[in-house]
Amino acid sequence: MKVVVVGAGIVGAACAFHAAAAGLDVTVLDRGPVGAGTTSRGEGNILLSDKEPGPELELARLSRDLWDEVGEELGPETVELEAKGGLVVASTPEALGALHAFAARQAGAGVRTQAVERVGELEPHIAPGLPGGVHYPQDAQVQPVLAAAALLRAAVRHGARTHTGEAAAAVTGAGGRITGVRTADGTVLPAEAVVNAAGTWGGEVGRRLGAPVEILPRRGFVLVTEPLPPMIRHKVYSADYVANVASSDEGLETSCVVEGTRAGTILIGASRERVGFDTAMNPAVVATLAAQACRLFPFLRGVHLIRAYRGFRPYCPDHLPVIGPDPRVPGVVHACGHEGAGIGLAPGTGALVTAQLLGRPWRGADPVAHTGLLPDRFLTTGGVPK
Amino acid sequence: MSESRDLVVVGAGPAGMAAAATALDGGLRVVLVDSGAAPGGQFWRHPALFARETLPTADLHHGLSTYRALCSTLSAHERTGRLTLLLNHHVWTTARDEDGFAVHAMDRGRAPEEEAVVLRAPALLVATGAYDRQLPFPGWDLPGVLTAGGLQSLLKGGGVVPGRRVVLGGTGPFLLPVAAALAARGAKVVAVCEAAAPSAWLRHPAALLRNPAKWAEGARYAGTLARHRVPVRTRTAIVGAEGEGRVAVVRTAALDTDGRPLPGTERRIEADTVGVGWGFVPQLDLLLPLGCGLGDAGDGTMAAAVDDGQRTTVPGLYAAGETCGVGGAALAVSEGRVAAVSVLTDLCAPGRPGTRRPAAERRAVARHRAFARAMAQAHPLPPAWPAWLTDDTPVCRCEEVTAGAVRSARADHSAADHRQVKQLTRAGMGWCQGRMCGPAVHCLVARGEPYAPAERLIATPVTLGALADSGESTSDHT
Repeated sequence: MKVVVVGAGIVGAACAFHAAAAGLDVTVLDRGPVGAGTTSRGEGNILLSDKEPGPELELARLSRDLWDEVGEELGPETVELEAKGGLVVASTPEALGALHAFAARQAGAGVRTQAVERVGELEPHIAPGLPGGVHYPQDAQVQPVLAAAALLRAAVRHGARTHTGEAAAAVTGAGGRITGVRTADGTVLPAEAVVNAAGTWGGEVGRRLGAPVEILPRRGFVLVTEPLPPMIRHKVYSADYVANVASSDEGLETSCVVEGTRAGTILIGASRERVGFDTAMNPAVVATLAAQACRLFPFLRGVHLIRAYRGFRPYCPDHLPVIGPDPRVPGVVHACGHEGAGIGLAPGTGALVTAQLLGRPWRGADPVAHTGLLPDRFLTTGGVPK
Repeated sequence: MSESRDLVVVGAGPAGMAAAATALDGGLRVVLVDSGAAPGGQFWRHPALFARETLPTADLHHGLSTYRALCSTLSAHERTGRLTLLLNHHVWTTARDEDGFAVHAMDRGRAPEEEAVVLRAPALLVATGAYDRQLPFPGWDLPGVLTAGGLQSLLKGGGVVPGRRVVLGGTGPFLLPVAAALAARGAKVVAVCEAAAPSAWLRHPAALLRNPAKWAEGARYAGTLARHRVPVRTRTAIVGAEGEGRVAVVRTAALDTDGRPLPGTERRIEADTVGVGWGFVPQLDLLLPLGCGLGDAGDGTMAAAVDDGQRTTVPGLYAAGETCGVGGAALAVSEGRVAAVSVLTDLCAPGRPGTRRPAAERRAVARHRAFARAMAQAHPLPPAWPAWLTDDTPVCRCEEVTAGAVRSARADHSAADHRQVKQLTRAGMGWCQGRMCGPAVHCLVARGEPYAPAERLIATPVTLGALADSGESTSDHT
C-alpha cells in the first residue's frame, strides 16, 4: 500500500516510522525541514499526569510504552529520552484535595501515582510551606526535533522516502477514493492513503484533501533560563495546570510548568492564548510566567531569562486529537489536533494510524480501543460537519 | 513620569543621538534610552566621567566636533524637560501597544539590582547598531583572542591595551583604525592580515572619489601604521591560534582567490593577543519581533529595509544607522537626521518647525551608502573560509558544538539554515544566543544567502525576579 504522510513534525515522523516498519510504501511530504513547526516550539512533554481518564489518556498510556520502545530501538541518547517523572504540587489544602481526587481517578485508569506529603524531599529547592502534591513516575521528557529527525531517519531505513513540497489537493478515482496527492508545483504522488499529520495546518490540509476538520491555534510562550547546575529534578507543575489544559475559556491562561534540561537550562511554560496565528511578543505573559515560576522556586528570582519562544498548539473544539479515516474521502486518515500533547502522543498516534491502515492491531494499538478519537465524532450520518 | 512622549529612540550612538537632537529641535518630546553609562555608543565610547581626565582618548576618535555638538543639543533639551535621557537602561523587548509601541527596559543604574521600566510612544526609532562578525578558526576560543571591536572598546572605554604583541586579522577598513590605535598606545602590532586583495577598492572608483573624507581618513591610518612599522599583509588570513591556556602563536597563511590557504605559505608568529573582525552584523533583535521587513545589505547580512525616509515596513517604526546596513558613523548621523524628519512629518504636528525635506541629508545618505556598498564588495567573506576549520574546531563556544557536528547536521539531516542546525545540535542556544556563531553556522549550511539572525524575543538577559515584579508594579514612563 502506498501511503503519503503530510507533515514531517513529530506526529508525521512517528506515522512514517510505524507505517514503514509495517512494510507500507511511505512518502513523507512537507514544505519545510523536519520538525520545523510546533514540534520545535514545545518542551518535549511525555505526560500522563495532566490527562483525565478517557480516550486521550488511553492513547497516552499506549504512547508512553511506545516511547520506551523508540528509546530502545533508536537509543535513548539519540532522542534525549529521560524518564524524570512529574511532580504536581498544590498551593492550598483545597487544591490538594482536588488533586488527590483527580489522581485517584487516574490511578483507576492505570496511571501510576504516589501522594507526596513533603514535596521538598523530591525537590529540595521548591518553595517552603506547600501542603503536598502527587508524583507521577511515568512522566518523561524527550528532545522533540531530535526525536522527529531520528524517527524519520529510521523510517527511511525501513524504505520510506521524503519529498519537499506542499500538499495542494487530493487526486481521486472511482468512488471518490484517493489515488494520489497533488503538490503545489503540480507533482502527483501516487497514494492509496494520505495521512493528514500537518499539525496546526491540519485544518487547511484537510480542506485541500476534501475532508475538512476544525483545527485551531492556541498560542503558548516558553521561557528558557541561563544554564545552571542541576536544581530541578522533575517536571514540576502547579495543580492549576490540570484545570487549564481542559479549559475552553477565552483569553490568556498561564500556570507554570518548571523543569530542568540536560543542557542545564530551566524551561518555564506554558501560557495558553487564543489569538489566532498572531506572532506578537506579549511581555505581560512573560512576566506572569516568571512570577509563577518564582513562587514555585524562589531561587529563580536571581536567575536570568535568556530566551523565549512561542508556538501554536493545534486543537480540536473538544480538545481531543482527531485520529482515523475520514468517511467523506476514502483513503484520507487524520492524525492531528494534539494540542500541547503531540510529542507525548506521537508514537501511539503513529501505531494507531498504522493499525487503521492495516486493518489489524499494530504494536499494541487496536483500532477498536480508540474509537473516541475518530473524525466521525464531528460528522453527522450524512458526512457533513456538525 | 507621566507626560506624554512622541518618540522613543533606542540607542544613543551616532544615529540615535542625531535623530533625538533633530526630533527635539523640531518640537517633539523624546525619550532616548541606552544601555551605556554615557551617550556615544560604540563609536564615541568614552571612559567613565571620573576617569576622562586621566585617560585622554581624543586622538582615538573621529568626528568629535559632531559628538560635542550633539551632546550640547541634547543637554539643552534635557534641561527644558523635553528630552528624557535614560542611561544604563537595557531594552529587553518591544511590543505593539494600543497607540504605538511599548519599549520594555531594565534600569540597571543601581546594579546588581534591576527594575523594569516601560516606555510608550506613538513612534519608535531603533538605532541599536551592529556587532562584530566572527568566523571561527582552530584556537579562536583561547584566552587572548578578541574581536577587533572589542579591542577598540577596551581602548576607547578604559584606555586598556590588552596585550604587548598583537596580530589583527579579518577583512574591512575597520582593522586599520584598530591597528593605529593599538600602535599609538604602545602595543607592538606584529601584523594586520587583510583577506581582501589590495586592488579590490579600485573596482569602485566612483564611490571612492565621491567620499574624499574617507580617503583622508585612510591616509591618516596609513601614516600612523607606517610610522609604527606595522606590516599590512593583504590576501592573508589568520588560520589558527595555539598556546597553553592562552594564545602564544598565531598561524597565518596567504589565500588563493577563493580564500583557501595556499600550501607552503603558512607562517607562525609569536603573539599574546589576537584581534579578529570580519565586518559587522546589524543588531536587529528589537526590530524582528515587531515584524520589520529585511533587505540584503550587500555584505552578506540582512538589514532593516527602510524607505528614503528611514521608515521600516511597520508603520510608526523607524530605523537608522547600522541596523539598516553597516556603513559607519557619518552615514548613521545623516540617517538619524532623516529618520527624525520623517517622524516629524508622519506625526503631522501642525506648526512644528524643521519638517522641511532634508534633501542634502538624503544625498549624503545616498553617497555614504554607495561607499559602504563598495567597501562591502571589496571586503567579502572569503568563500572558502571553512577550509581553515578542522572537524573538532568549536563553532558555537557557548554550547561547545564543533564544525563537524554542524556539517553532519547538514549532511545527515539536510539542515538548510542556522535555525534547523540549532534544533539539531544546540549551536546558538547558549548564553550569546547565536550572536557569535550565527553568521558562521549560516555560512556552513546556507552559502550564498545573506545572513538573517534568528528572532530573539528576549534581546538581553533579564532576571526572572525583576520580570516577576514588573507584572505587579512596572514604573511607567508614559
